[in-house]
Amino acid sequence: MSIQVKNLKHIYEKGMPTESVALEGVSFEVEDGELLGIIGHTGSGKSTLLQHLNGLLKPDEGTIVIGGVDITAPGVSMVEIRKRIGLVFQYPEYQLFEETVAKDVAFGPRNLGLADSEIEERVREALELVGLDYEDMKDRSPFELSGGQKRRVAIAGVIAMRPEVLILDEPTAGLDPKAHKDVLKMIEDVHGKTGNITVLVSHNMADIANLSDKVLVIDSGRVVTMGTPEEVFSKRDELSSVGLDLPPITCLTEALRERGFKIRETILSVEDAADEIAEYLKAGGKAEC
Amino acid sequence: MLRDITLGQYFPGSSPVHKLDPRLKIIATLLFIIELFIVDNFIGFLIAAIALGAVIALSKVPLSYILRGLKPILLILAFTFALNMFMVDGRILWQWKFLKITQEGLELAVFMAIRLILLIMGSSMLTLCTRPIALTDGIERLLSPFKRFGLPAHDIAMMMTIALRFIPTLLEEADKIMKAQQARGADFETGNLMQRAKSLIPILVPLFVSAFRIAQDLAMAMEARCYRGGENRTRMNEMKFKKSDYVAVTLLAVFGAVIIIQSKVF
Repeated sequence: MSIQVKNLKHIYEKGMPTESVALEGVSFEVEDGELLGIIGHTGSGKSTLLQHLNGLLKPDEGTIVIGGVDITAPGVSMVEIRKRIGLVFQYPEYQLFEETVAKDVAFGPRNLGLADSEIEERVREALELVGLDYEDMKDRSPFELSGGQKRRVAIAGVIAMRPEVLILDEPTAGLDPKAHKDVLKMIEDVHGKTGNITVLVSHNMADIANLSDKVLVIDSGRVVTMGTPEEVFSKRDELSSVGLDLPPITCLTEALRERGFKIRETILSVEDAADEIAEYLKAGGKAEC
Repeated sequence: MLRDITLGQYFPGSSPVHKLDPRLKIIATLLFIIELFIVDNFIGFLIAAIALGAVIALSKVPLSYILRGLKPILLILAFTFALNMFMVDGRILWQWKFLKITQEGLELAVFMAIRLILLIMGSSMLTLCTRPIALTDGIERLLSPFKRFGLPAHDIAMMMTIALRFIPTLLEEADKIMKAQQARGADFETGNLMQRAKSLIPILVPLFVSAFRIAQDLAMAMEARCYRGGENRTRMNEMKFKKSDYVAVTLLAVFGAVIIIQSKVF
């Protein structure tokens, strides 16, 4: 399973005075088992790109090949595509509608036409994967849950379809720090357990830096750069020119380097930073303050 | 699909039609509608169509965009057309068992269809060329003489403003929810009537929940900014008649005169 996007172009409201080019010349590849992080500021075209990946939007130009199937070709079965590619929208809790959590999570699998026993098994598995207790949750109304729980139920609703590619659009937006951490941990777990491609959009640079295998930066509908987190976050000037920042810890270590700390460039996690600084200080290093 | 609804939508522009005083546009639209119902011959419709055509040309709103707004009423249009065509007695043109088309029926059917089309196009021009806020401001001013009799003009106008403001918001929300449910394999396009009606539940429930949430947020935001009704409120943009408005009034008077004359002559 891999994803190849070639020369994607999308225009909103074609032929209207309000027409706008949302994507142009977007090309990238994701290999099996990778976690791709996408960053870009608001209105850069991230959400538009995601909607192309599971066929909700059709490109005006370009192709998307997922697992050898060109999903932009005419006559491709949309049901088949959506079975294989799960998309979790921003604020997915607003799509909850059933009387009970179990019924809501079962909505996707039921649309796939699965047998009842299979559905129940998948619902149980999906809820456990997102860190909720099936027995405790299944009969509760999704509307009485807390924000973080609702979000997990909504994500479980997509996971229960067992997609081969899981796409999440800002899954932590609007959550409190604890729920934020929980949801990220959950994404990491799900990605680890299923070993599928995961695509994650976020405004939080630290999350992207720590979770992704590859990072894609887009601005005004174009790819700015793509590479490993180390490669991308070493291009500080390029990022700031499109309104993006380094993760906080990287800002700190870069500032220390400027002050004369001889530590590694582009440190992306707090643990690494702590180790590097400790090592430098132990070796008798001093800042030129 | 949802993007096709143009009724009540604003089409941004800076044409003379867009810049007219909203009060004038409301009155002109009302007169146009009244005219359509008074007219009893095709020449009257021709005059109305020419006037409407001039306004559309002046407004620079593409005709295709306005025609797209007719799509949702196509069914009603076809229904009235068929009803008139088959139900009116008169000189028989064509007959098959109990179905018959008469000369008079056909004429009436065409007549009604033209009336409906002009009606929709004319009234959608009002909202296409007037910002919703300007529109409700205009309504408020036009209704304000009735305040004396206890009519809450400001509240009515505010309710309309909010209702209009919510149309695109709810459409966007519905679009988002539809996409989210489609991503979960929901199918809205196939199946019989019952299945299709049932497939709307996953959209309608979240849409209602969202509508309540948005309404509550809006109420809170209004209260936080000390909104407490229309008393002693002043406005940022006072409505004043400009030269172009007087020109429009003159044209409107000419239009009215032509209609009255033609109804006497023909």
